[in-house]
This record gives sequence, C-alpha cells and structure tokens, in this order.
Amino acid sequence: MTDTPPHSEPARAEPAHAFGFETRQLHAGQRPDPNTGARAVPIFQTTSYVFEDPESAAAYFNLQEYGNTYSRIMNPTVAVFEERVANLEGGAGAVAFASGIAAQAAALFTLLQPGDHVVCSTALYGGTVNQLKHMLRKMSVELTWVDPDDPQAWRRAVRPDTKAFFAETIGNPGGNVLDIETVAAIAHEHELPLIVDNTFATPYLCRPIEWGADIVVHSATKFLGGHGTSIGGVVVEAGTFNWSNGRFPVVAEPSPAYHGLRFHETFGTYGYLMKLRAETLRDLGAALAPLNAFLFLQGLETLSLRMQRHVANARAVAEFLAAHPLASNVTYPGLPESRYQPLVAKYLPLGAGAVFSFDCAGGRAGGQDLIRGVTLWSHLANVGDAKSLIIHPASTTHRQLGDDELRAAGVGPGTVRLSVGLESVEDLIWDLRQAFALVAATAVSA
Amino acid sequence: MTDLGKYQDPLTIQRVLHTANTVAIVGLSSNELRASYFVGYYLKRRGYRVIPVNPRETRILGEKSYPSLADLPEPVDVVDVFRAPDALPEIARGAVANRAGTLWCQFGVINAEGNRIAEDGGLTVVVDRCMKVEHARYVGRMHWLGFNTERITSVRSGLQ
Repeated sequence: MTDTPPHSEPARAEPAHAFGFETRQLHAGQRPDPNTGARAVPIFQTTSYVFEDPESAAAYFNLQEYGNTYSRIMNPTVAVFEERVANLEGGAGAVAFASGIAAQAAALFTLLQPGDHVVCSTALYGGTVNQLKHMLRKMSVELTWVDPDDPQAWRRAVRPDTKAFFAETIGNPGGNVLDIETVAAIAHEHELPLIVDNTFATPYLCRPIEWGADIVVHSATKFLGGHGTSIGGVVVEAGTFNWSNGRFPVVAEPSPAYHGLRFHETFGTYGYLMKLRAETLRDLGAALAPLNAFLFLQGLETLSLRMQRHVANARAVAEFLAAHPLASNVTYPGLPESRYQPLVAKYLPLGAGAVFSFDCAGGRAGGQDLIRGVTLWSHLANVGDAKSLIIHPASTTHRQLGDDELRAAGVGPGTVRLSVGLESVEDLIWDLRQAFALVAATAVSA
Repeated sequence: MTDLGKYQDPLTIQRVLHTANTVAIVGLSSNELRASYFVGYYLKRRGYRVIPVNPRETRILGEKSYPSLADLPEPVDVVDVFRAPDALPEIARGAVANRAGTLWCQFGVINAEGNRIAEDGGLTVVVDRCMKVEHARYVGRMHWLGFNTERITSVRSGLQ
C-alpha cells in the first residue's frame, strides 16, 4: 500500500528556519488540507475513520504507523491544537483532554502506580488540590505538600517511592512564582520529572520546558482558548526525560495494557506521549471535542496579542488597588513591591499574568458588597476570559468554611479574585471605584 | 560531544527521504515489539524496499536477511543502523564498500569515527535521527498524533 511513492519530490523542500512565536501561534500544527486546500483548520466532526485495508487498520492499532482510528484517541482537528501547543511550549508533542483537570490526571496516571508518592506545591488551584488529595489517595498514591518557595522543602520531601514534583508557574490565586530552574534541578538530582501547570502564564509569558520542566499541563479553558467558550486541557512533554532510569516501570517495562510493548524503549523521545495517548487517554476516555479544539485554535491565533493586553491591564488594575484605601494584600507578582520580583524578572519578563487576588475592607460583607457593586466585571467562577471576571471565594467556592478555615486555605473573608480581561482599562478601574464606593457607604451606615 | 547539527540538516534529510528506494537495515530485529521492527515495517509500507541485515535471521518482514553489508548483492540507497555505537566504524566501512548513498544512524547511534569513515567514503551521513519519524514529519501523518513536527508551511502538499 503506497498512496505516494516514497521517492516523489516534495512540492518544495523546507530549509531549517527558526520561526517566531507569533508565526507559530498561527501556523504550527497545520498545513493546508492536502485534499481540499482549506486554509482554516477543518472541523473533523467524526467519531471514526475508514481504513484503507485490513493491514492498514492493524498497523494503526499496533502503533506501527500513524493513522486515525477513533476520535476518543485521536482526531485531526484536535491534533492541530495538540501540535500547536507542543510547538509553542517547545515540547516533543502533546495530548489534549476534555478538561484541564482530566489532562493533569492523565499526566500523573501515565507514570504512577499504587504505592507511589508525589511532592506537590501547597499553592495550587483548589480543584487540583481536591484531585490530588482525594482521587490520588483513593488510588493509594501518597502526597507530601511543600511550600513551593522553599527549594529545600522539595529536596527534603523526596522518598524512594517518589515519582514526580507538581507545581504551578504562577500559583492560583496567591500569585507565587515558581523558581522553575531550581526546582527542576532538584527533581533531576533524584531522577524525577517536574510537572508544571502553566495555565496562568501561557507559553507566551513563560515556557517551563526551557527552564528544565519535563511535563507541562494546561487548562486550555483559560488563556489558551481565551474566550470562555470551551472546557479543555492539554499535556505537553519535553521528550528528554529518561523514563528507563529504573524508577518508572509503568512507562519502561512491557505494558500489559498494550500487548507487552515497552513504550520508552520502542518510541524513545515519544514514548511517554505514546503511552499517554494509546493507553491513558484511551482508557480514561476524556477526549477533547473537535469543535472545542477548533475554538481553542481560534484563540491561539491571537495569544500573544491578548496576553500583552491582559498583562498591561492587570498591572494597571493592580496598581490602582495597591493605592486604594479599601484594598490590601494585592497578590499581583508584577507589582514592584512583590517579593517575587526577581523570579518575575527571570521567568516572566513579558508580564506576570492577569489573575490575582486582594483583600477588600469589611471582611466577608465587604467582599460581598464589592461583588454587588460591580456592573462590568462578571461575577463567575472562571479565569482567563477576554472579559474581566471577579469572584469572592468566601461566598462561593469556599462558602462552607468559617473564617478560621478560610485563613487555613489561604483565603481571607474579604479576599476577592480578579481575572483581568481586555476591556478599556479605564472602564475596569471605573467599575471597581464605584463598587468600592458601595463598600464604603455600607460600612458607614452599619 | 560530537557536533551533530551537520548530520541533521533538514534539507539533506528531505533529499534522502525523497530520493531513496532501497534501505538496508543493520540490526533489524524479528521481534515485532522492537523499535527496529517498527521502523522497518513502516518504511516497507511506505514503499521503500527494506533489506534486513542480521546474521541471526533468515527472513524478516518477509524479506531475505543478509549476514552483513558485504553480502548484499547490490549497492543500496540507505544503510540504516540499529546497533550499539561501537559497531558503527565497521558498519560504515561496509557501507562505503557497498557504495551506499547514505549512512543513517538511528537515535543514540553516535560514533564520530564511523561518521568520518562514511563521509570520507563519499556517503551522506545522518545521525541521531529516526528514519520513520523523519518520513512521518516531512511526508505526513506524524502530526495526526499531536507530535511537534516543527514544520511551518502554507504550501499545499503531502500525505493525507
């Protein structure tokens, strides 16, 4: 079976050229469709793919040839999104998932087995904490929580059965910035991979693989998609970690779930990614929908432009809040007074993201009044939309907790989290100013 | 460390992929789960004439297996190597004697002396690259599994 003779000349040979980020966010992963010439990425809304013949079908299922079988495992529209993110992050490849939570579960499940241990930053998104604390525990995986700002804490937490370090580039919502190069070096001293959630930075602001991270996970729902339309996630792997170092039998040894294949030995650079797709995605079933991949690709085309505006607006809003008498504890790491300034200068020179929190005067009631007062900021539980978002954890995501429990979770009764969008920044500040007026008026009348 | 960049030039790789027809695979395994078998199987399906070189086998992938490069009845376009790096100088001498076009060393098959022998003998040399991956990168389908092909092009072409 040869539909193209191997010795036919290509349309045009492609010399090596280092394309810029903006070019790659538009083109990586996509070539004009050979059959139709379609310039936009076609939405392949199909569950399955007709095989050429029985031999082809067998070759695809055996992973002997790259071929489409079933959209739970691969889809050409999703594949464009995967390759584009892999390219922008500087990884060997990527596998997309139905959500960011599914992506990080899959990244971990691919390398863990019962009895293993993972070292995690304490400064993580609450949904991630739930997943690690409860779901991994159910699977008999033990965790040690460490202060991500203390490199020695990572080193002290390593045990013989440790399999990975897990942290966020910019912590949610505390705004702590990970010293990726240092933590990666400690992980590698112990022949462990560092997994970094790069959702808040995006590859435009920071590329953790360039600093030594081995696996990068994203909630694509946020800035990658950028328009609040779709839920999705993606895992990128650098392709350089030695999974055959003796610590990772589930990646290196013959796989009972794939007729004895040794994924790392057979596929080398691509071994972890092959296993992530052919086993973990296949068996978890959390596949990204093609339409959602298309919407994420539309978002990625303008990622650099949006992130430039996101960080410019975020900085202006943070400066406004830092100077406002009814706001305190503004966690934006891009502020000059932030203790993370040296790390921001190193890892986030183009800007420190656009999500942060602050404490509104008046405690729980003050936070609620501020939410009641805003008319342009959207009160909802998401971040990374083109539109500006606001939420008061004490009355929403953390509402079951008393004040003491809130503090233990790193959230004050008056803490408000912002995700700064792309609107006219004067309007965002105007809206906060008039909402603070309501907070002040309520405080006076009380 | 050998500077491998000169043995990984994209234009050279594309020329080899698009002009080769016969590929002798040194160290091709008959075990279906080994990387060399994956590569041989793929190249055969993509239309290359694969010639196994393995003294311990008589037939692999339905093709006659030869004990060494010296036993090949004709010059080949590519000698693709799946052997320990130490074995490369002798293989390179065999490839030169065969008047092969290219010595292609798979991932990790890195040996500066072997590269020099092949270059001095007039062969094109590709090092620390997988022939299957490079074919899938430039001719098609590697991108269907989300791998980073590092290709950027608006030219309509390739294998769908």
